[in-house]
This record gives sequence, C-alpha cells and structure tokens, in this order.
Amino acid sequence: MTTATHGTLHVHHHFETAEQQYQSSKLGLWLFLVTEILLFGGLFVVYIIFRGLYPEMFSQAHHFLDRVLGSVNTMVLICSSFTMAMAVRAVQRSESARASQLLLITFFCGLLFMGIKYLEYTHKFHEGLLPGIHFHNAELTHPKAALFFSLYFMMTGLHGIHVLVGMGLIAWMIVGCNRGRFDAHYSTPVELTGLYWHLVDLIWIYLFPLFYLIS
Amino acid sequence: MSQEEYRMPEAVSYLNSPKGWKSWLFTLDHKRIGMMYLLLTMVFFAVGGIFALLVRYELLTPAPTFAANTYNKMFTMHGAIMVFMFIIPIIPAALGNFFLPLQIGAKDVAFPRLNLASYYIFIGGALLAVLAILLGGVDTGWTFYTPYSIKTATAATLVTLGVFVMGFSSILTGLNFIVTIHKLRAPGMTFHRMPLFLWAIYATAIIQVLATPVIGITTVLLVMERVLHIGFFDPAIGGDPVLFQHFFWFYSHPAVYIMILPGMGIVSEVITVFSRKQIFGYRAVAYSSLAIAFISFIVWGHHMFVSGQSELANLLFSLLTMLVAIPTAIKVVNWTATLYRGSIRLGTPMLYALAFLFLFTIGGLTGLFLAALSVDVHLHDTYFVVAHFHYVMMGGTVMGLLAGLHYWWPKMFGRMYPETWAKVSWGFVFVGFNVTFLPQFMLGRLGMPRRYHEYAPHFAGLNQLSTVGSWMLGVGFLIMFTYFLWSLKRGAFAPANPWGGKTLEWQTASPPPTENFHQTPTVTAGPYEYGLKAMGT
Repeated sequence: MTTATHGTLHVHHHFETAEQQYQSSKLGLWLFLVTEILLFGGLFVVYIIFRGLYPEMFSQAHHFLDRVLGSVNTMVLICSSFTMAMAVRAVQRSESARASQLLLITFFCGLLFMGIKYLEYTHKFHEGLLPGIHFHNAELTHPKAALFFSLYFMMTGLHGIHVLVGMGLIAWMIVGCNRGRFDAHYSTPVELTGLYWHLVDLIWIYLFPLFYLIS
Repeated sequence: MSQEEYRMPEAVSYLNSPKGWKSWLFTLDHKRIGMMYLLLTMVFFAVGGIFALLVRYELLTPAPTFAANTYNKMFTMHGAIMVFMFIIPIIPAALGNFFLPLQIGAKDVAFPRLNLASYYIFIGGALLAVLAILLGGVDTGWTFYTPYSIKTATAATLVTLGVFVMGFSSILTGLNFIVTIHKLRAPGMTFHRMPLFLWAIYATAIIQVLATPVIGITTVLLVMERVLHIGFFDPAIGGDPVLFQHFFWFYSHPAVYIMILPGMGIVSEVITVFSRKQIFGYRAVAYSSLAIAFISFIVWGHHMFVSGQSELANLLFSLLTMLVAIPTAIKVVNWTATLYRGSIRLGTPMLYALAFLFLFTIGGLTGLFLAALSVDVHLHDTYFVVAHFHYVMMGGTVMGLLAGLHYWWPKMFGRMYPETWAKVSWGFVFVGFNVTFLPQFMLGRLGMPRRYHEYAPHFAGLNQLSTVGSWMLGVGFLIMFTYFLWSLKRGAFAPANPWGGKTLEWQTASPPPTENFHQTPTVTAGPYEYGLKAMGT
C-alpha cells in the first residue's frame, strides 16, 4: 500500500504513528528470531542426543575439523557483528556514508567467512567425511562416525544459508544507504538487519565450541 | 431497521473496490486475503472429504475392495490434506485474517505484505503436496513415521517439503497476528476488552510461532534422510526412529490446539451473542486459552506410550496430559454457565456452537481414556483413537468453524444464508457425524486396529453403520455448499448487525468497506456488555 501523509513519509496507512510502526517491526523481527532459535533448537537436540549416545565417537571425530580455520572464522564473525553495530549507530546519527562503509566491511566479513567455509567443506569432501551413506573415511574407525559429520554439515550448512541471507540483506542496506534512504528518522531496516546478523553470529558462537573444541 | 435500508448493491465495500482479478491476487487487504484462504482451504476440505468417503467405502465390507497400497495412499492423503491444508490453516488464516483487525478496530494487520506473502507460500507448499498426489501419492500415514517414511518409494519427499513450506506460512501468519494484537488495538481496546475469539487467536499464534519451526527442521531432516541418508532416524546407521516421533509430536500435539483453540474462540462469541448475556467468567475463558497453549507443549509424549520410552517419561506425560483437562473444563463450564438463564435463540450458528459443546465434550472425555497410561496401552492404534480425534477435530474444530462461518457469513458477504436449509444441513451433519464416529469407539474397544483395509467379519455391522453415517455427513455438506453459493447471489441483504453482537466488527457496514471503519473506533466497554445500558448497539 502507498505511504500516507500523516507522520513521516515512511508510515504506512494502517499505522497511526511512526513510533507504532517502528515498534511493530521490531516486535515482528524479535518473534522471527525466536523461530530461528527454535529451528536450530531441533538440531541442538539431535546433537545432545547423539553426543550422549556416542561420546567417544564425538571426541574422535572432532579432530578432523580444523580448529585454526574455525577460530579464524569465529573472529571474523565477531568483527562483523561489531562493524554491524557501528553501522546501525552511524545510521541513527544520519551518517549515511560512514554507515555504508561499515556495512561494506560487514559484508566482506561475511564473504570471508563463507570463503573459509568453502575451504573447509572441500577439504572434508576430499577426505570422504560426507554425511550419511556417502561417508567413506578409512582413518575414522568408529562405526557411527558418519553421524558426527551429518550433524556438522546440517548445522553449519543451515548456518551458512543464514549467513548468505544476511549478506543479501546487508547488500540491500548498502544500496539504501547510498541512496540516502535511511537516516536518524528512519533507520528501522538497518536496525532489523543488524539484529538478524547478531543472531547469526550468536548461533555460530555456539556451533564453534560444540564441533571444534569438544574434547 | 428494515431490510430496505440495506438494499444497496452498489454500496462500496472491500468486495467490489477496487475491481478486477488483479486487485484480488495482489491485494494487501486482510479481508480479501482471508477470503482467498477461505476459498482455497474449503477446496481442500472437499478433496480431503472425498478421500474420507473413499476410505469409508473400502471399510463397508470386511473383504478388501481396493488394493492395500491404494488404501494406504487414500487414508494418508485424507489425513495430510485435512490436517495441513484444511484444519490447521482455515480458522486462523481465513476467519482470523478477516476478523482480527475488525475486532480490534484496526485498518489492517501489522504486516499486510507479509500476509499476502504467507498466502502464496501456503499455495506453494500445497502445490508440492498436490504434485505428490499426482505422482502417485504417499502411503506413510500423515505422521510420516520413520523408518518407513525413509524407505517408501512413494512421493514422501515432496509431501514433507510441502509441509515444510506451509509451516513457514503458518509461522508468518502467527507472527503477524501477535504483532497486530500487541500494537494495533484501537484506543480503549485493552487486552481485557478484547473479544474472546482474539484471545483464542492470540494463544493460537503463540503456538504457531513456537511449535512450527520444530516441524520445519524435522521435515528438513526427513528430506535429508531420504536424499542423503544422514542417519539421524535410521537405526541401521546408528540413528533413532523414536527421535523422529519426539520431534513430530513436539509440533503436532500443540498443532492439535492450533486446530481447536480458534474454534473455542468462535464458540465463546456465538454462545454469548445468542444467549444475549455477558459471558460468564470472561477472564477465566481468556486465560484458559493461554493455559492450553502452554500445556500443549509439554504433553507430546502421550502419543508414544508404546514406543519404548522410559516408564518415568510415560508416567509424567500421562500426568501432564491430564492437566489439559483443567483449562478445557473451565471453558466448557463457563459456556454452560453463560447459557444458563440466557435468552437463547437457536439460530444456525448457535446450533453449531451447541453441537461443538456436545461433541467436543465427548472428544475431550475420551481423551482422558487415552491419557491414562494403562488404558491407552489397550486402545493404542485402534479405532477408539480414530473416533476420539475425529470427535475433537471434526466434532470440535469443524463445528466451531461452521458456527463461525454462519455467524460471520452476513458480515463477510453482505448476504444472509437461508435459515431453513441451514438447519436441515445441520441436522444431517450432526446426526451423520454421530452415526459415523460413535460406532468407531465401540470398534476400537473391541480391538479393531486403525489403518487396515480389511477386517474380521464380526466388525462388519458397526463398520457399515459408520459408512452410512459418512454418507449422511456428505449430504449435509453438499446442502451447505449449495446454499452458501446460492446465498452469494440470491441471499437477502444483510443488515450491519443481524445478531445484535457487541464486538466491533458488527459496528461497521456489511460487507465492511476496505478501510474497515470510516473512523477509528474508540472502545469504552467490554465486548459482551449485554444488560448494560451504557453502550448502545
């Protein structure tokens, strides 16, 4: 629907005030983030169950993950969360150019993360550490070891998809900033993208120790 | 007011402004989106109903009529279509969409574009499931239990993907409703002045948001299990098939309350208005919706009493399941107390509301049999269970839906339905329903298992009775579809408030204008203030 005249330019017709619209958007996104946590929650439950059933398999299999690359990726994401927060702050101060730069850094952090992920994945493919029946690694002797890598690929894969979605949103925000669409009066989309990105970061912060650092 | 005042077919309403099919397909108006949901889900109701008639036809005689796997596909499609494409979405997505903003005095839901998007996401998911039927169907039962669902050669991947996609739609609708109720209430519309239908929709939305992501990830895992054999559910690779059941019921048990809570909300509206009394214990009815939503999350294990989970888990789930009876009984008692000494009018909506009370009470009480651990071990997977959940889902939800559909029909379309035919149809539905499902309680108690396409000859009499009942039901629904369609063109014009309701949707024209109200209403009293002179109609 078209934007109406009352309030600021961005208030949709069915809201009375800009504040009401902002609060609605924010509540909506928080609820969405709750559903995201529950989506991953299912996988965390699977993790807990299989770790409980096969503890020795988990400690054996996790050595095949590269701790250095994992740590680097963790640092990269934490940095990106920081620049994201800075970008939101810049938008709220109407510093569009600065916000755009910070978002760009965030975007490249996401890209770097996915690049490293690509290296890790191809390495795993090479070693035959694939999920399910495609698993064929000779070094890993535990008969249930394929489960570990099924979980690894499911969880980091789902997380990776979320990173890609976040990068898309950030790119969209960069375009918006460059066109001067966001300022102190209207920063909702950037703020919500920020919240989403922090969640993606947060989930990784749980994934990293659960897979890479468990022994 | 006389009928003549409303003979204004040219009056501008959401139905005729703007015009053209594009203005419907791309509409952001919650009322039009609700209408499109109604149309689509009713089509699925008809399709699911045809599968039901086929299933009952097979069971007319002890000897098989169809091949076993044809029968398996028929009951799977009946269950999956009815659950995922009709009974879960219809009340929230169709009637909820239409009446939520109207009842809180808002112009629209909080996120109209998201609302339209969730409609198309729903269509996308439904198409996947329809495609699966066309490609030969699925034979797993609507529960997709592993390890069979991993191994079956039928189109299980497509259907589970469809369920995944439709889950998104459900989440987005629920999210939209929660935000709308929190942020868009008209001035004076406090939470404690909200119509009880909205309390029910609110509780439903909480379940939709909190439970659906779990079925989402579960269906993804099932698809991955089928495609990549990731092994989480396959015991051959160290997985656990019971894990799937935990995940499945963690959603699907709360989903039972996604089905029933909105129906309870409708019944609260109808009983109050048709008794012309304030509802007895407004807050108790309102909060019991939230209590049901909360308890719904901690009872899933009662579906798995015979799955080999621990004795302790069985005991706890049995106990917790009994707890649901408390808020449910609060509702039933309050409805009955509202009826007591009310000036009752037996219009069709009221007849369906009473049918709901009657049938849902039977469904609820037989639920206690199944919640009791020792009895369930005997009745598990027999026709007793089938009868129980049909009394709850059809005797409860569908009766609630039909009460709501008749109650709000004049508001939605600006036309009255023909009262006499509606009562005839109600008679067929009510009697037909009981003739269909009461015998199934007895069949179950005698030990007839569910999902079998042939049975021992001594079950024949009760099965035949049940099948005849299903035909009566079919006739009842056929009459209903006919007069509803007839009324769209020929029905008498409806006044703004044919039943004398006090809630906000009755304070605007029938059908409502696009913006719902010409002026944002200010609310000064509760939704059912009958007997108080302060608030005029």
